[in-house]
Amino acid sequence: MTETVTAPGATESLADFTARARAWLAENMPRIDPDHPPFSVRAEAESWARAKELQRRLYEGGFAGICFPREYGGLGLDYSYQKAFDAECRYYEMPLILNTPSFTICSATILDMGSETQKRERISAAIRGDEILVQLLSEPNGGSDLAGVITRADQREDGTWVINGAKTWSTSAFAGDYGLMLARTDWTVPKHEGLTMFLVPLNAPGITMRRIKEVNGNEEFCEEFFDNLELPADAVVGAVNDGWTVASRQLHHERRAVGGGSEFASGKGAENANEMPPDHVGLAEATGQSEDARVQDLGGRALVRRMVKEQLVDHVSRSIADGSLPPNAGTLIRLFHAETTELEVDTALAIAGTAGVVDEGGDGVGDLGGLLDVGIRYLSRQTGSLGGGTSEMARNVIAERILGFPREFAADRGVPFNQVKRKRD
Amino acid sequence: MSANPEQLLFTSTAQAFLDKEASLGHVRALHSSEVSFDSHWWQRAAELGWASLLVPEELGGGSVSGDGVADLALVAEQVGQTVAPGPLHPVSIVLAGLVEAPSGHEDTIEALVSGQLVASWAIYEPRQPFSPLQAATTATRTASGFRIDGVKDRVEAGDQSGILLVTATCDGRLQQFLIPTDAPGVTITTQSSVDMVKRYARVQFDGVEVDESAAVGTAEQTPAIIERQRQVALTLQCAEIVGILDAVLAMTTQWLFDRHSFGRPLASYQALKHRAADMKMWFEACRGTTAGAVAAVAERSPKAELLVSVAKAYVAERAPVILQDCVQLHGGIGVTWEHDLHLYLRRVALYRAMYGSPEDHHRAVFALSRKTRAAEES
Repeated sequence: MTETVTAPGATESLADFTARARAWLAENMPRIDPDHPPFSVRAEAESWARAKELQRRLYEGGFAGICFPREYGGLGLDYSYQKAFDAECRYYEMPLILNTPSFTICSATILDMGSETQKRERISAAIRGDEILVQLLSEPNGGSDLAGVITRADQREDGTWVINGAKTWSTSAFAGDYGLMLARTDWTVPKHEGLTMFLVPLNAPGITMRRIKEVNGNEEFCEEFFDNLELPADAVVGAVNDGWTVASRQLHHERRAVGGGSEFASGKGAENANEMPPDHVGLAEATGQSEDARVQDLGGRALVRRMVKEQLVDHVSRSIADGSLPPNAGTLIRLFHAETTELEVDTALAIAGTAGVVDEGGDGVGDLGGLLDVGIRYLSRQTGSLGGGTSEMARNVIAERILGFPREFAADRGVPFNQVKRKRD
Repeated sequence: MSANPEQLLFTSTAQAFLDKEASLGHVRALHSSEVSFDSHWWQRAAELGWASLLVPEELGGGSVSGDGVADLALVAEQVGQTVAPGPLHPVSIVLAGLVEAPSGHEDTIEALVSGQLVASWAIYEPRQPFSPLQAATTATRTASGFRIDGVKDRVEAGDQSGILLVTATCDGRLQQFLIPTDAPGVTITTQSSVDMVKRYARVQFDGVEVDESAAVGTAEQTPAIIERQRQVALTLQCAEIVGILDAVLAMTTQWLFDRHSFGRPLASYQALKHRAADMKMWFEACRGTTAGAVAAVAERSPKAELLVSVAKAYVAERAPVILQDCVQLHGGIGVTWEHDLHLYLRRVALYRAMYGSPEDHHRAVFALSRKTRAAEES
């Protein structure tokens, strides 16, 4: 758990804070229907401009960065205040896309590992709504082997660094101002020991960015190419060759954020309609099958799974808190979430029938045209089981770190990285 | 479920008693002598407070933590560890109903709490699915009370019960009646089950005469009382299955570490590690959803109806999958009579079907969600 800096002596009571937040939200933030959130797609630049604008309002109103320390632009309050604020802001438009990775992963990691200057400059700029932070970790040749980074950083005699290589699957990087970028700085030691984390200004010369287009048309993720990108010595986050420690903090914060347990997230709603779970009851009704026992069984099963997922989140959080499960038990939630999403998406496709794959349009009774989205969503079903670590890696973590089973054999363990085999002979 | 110190002491006492008096060896011994449970043993269990948990203090009951449903779930979980025998479920379900309308039934409650009397819920009818608000069995008004006619079956421990809580239709409305099993006109036939020790019964009522005082609650109260009984029944099943899963997963993990093939422990094979990881996740989800149901039933939350169905649907769908996976991971030994896995598999298969299958509960959850959705839209 990240230790939140404790609030200063004269802290406003939770009840007073909540009342003040309620009044302020009503005055200053646009009201929404949380079941039909406003358009906010990460792939669109306008979504980010809107999010920054909303974040500025929160900052000016004194409700931004609730759990970040005061010296870095936050309010220095504990999680209970953020939770109270989350409950209050449910019916208002919030800059939800700024939560992950900017606040919950990047700012949280800089707070843990960054220099005083990095904390003062980057965290406060993010809280003010001026900047967005992203992660540049995965590489085209990397896959699940995150520490097998081959992007290189070479230090010149004057202390500056020169970066060459490529990163991929960087969430919302096109919208970012700074990125946490992992590079190899020592090739003569085993893979985890020669890495360094850098804070990279994304508008620097030497960076070329390209969008990745997914099967559902989504263009949220990016890949970046570094050609002799120059960085000053103070761009290093943490210590040189200790980048894996920083990356591990990012992964830790990412797991907490994905499980819905980060105090640095503000607002908890769905970012857009695509993130909402499929409405199986609605689909059954739209296709005239709500009296069909088979469809009721299918749909009910998916509904059950979704509710059990919420109960598992509560159970695992409680169990980590009382020590009956280890901290990395969050991986159970990660895997269950992926499995549940697969079931929900499959069930929606099964109920939608042909309307999920052919635009059947309206017939005066009801409009089936919208159901084609169910089929489109199905095409990218696996994203939830791949992003942020695959389900197979999650199963390794559960078996090895929670159940204590023997670790998988790794041919690169303890081997200097420049002697590790990286491709077929 | 995080327990407080009183609950921990209560649980460890229950555990010690079960270890000593209801081990897997005891279960096997009862089975080979064709005994379901020993009534003296049940009285001693009752002395530990097992039958008092759902009963308020003014009626002679009480629970260590003040949350009887949670304490009862802890006992059920312990029972699952050794798939112990005994009428914990039927007695608890009947008491859950009686305490909702205790007037005139104080003596029965007292006898049940002490363990001297065993009762069971006669809710199923032959060839009918679990539909607790329907009964072909009839109660006809007489000068002094009621006359009961009809047939019930799948009555747990029916052949060892002194009294039955029977649903019957009276003047077109459902009501429950307490009927002693030795009343003239009651015929009990044992029904065996896949479980090693749990037995059921078919009970025929031919013009059985009971007093006015046999009725439990009014017709108006009855649906709510039955719903409470249903919730307690499902919560007990889920909690006991959680205990079963805890036991079989510990057994299987140990086996994977101890057993070596091709010079490696089974636990080092990724294909098996991934199956163990899935089972761990499913188990914790079973725990989580059972805890949710227990809390909702304990608080008498309006969501209890939904959450018991969610828990039963998930737990009873997953548990048989986990059990059969454990058998598979054990290899040939897992399908032998001498290995203990089948003792657990039997109980899980039994509970999967009784009081609604996962498929039934999926449909119940669908119907409840549809109702909520319609209410939100109007």
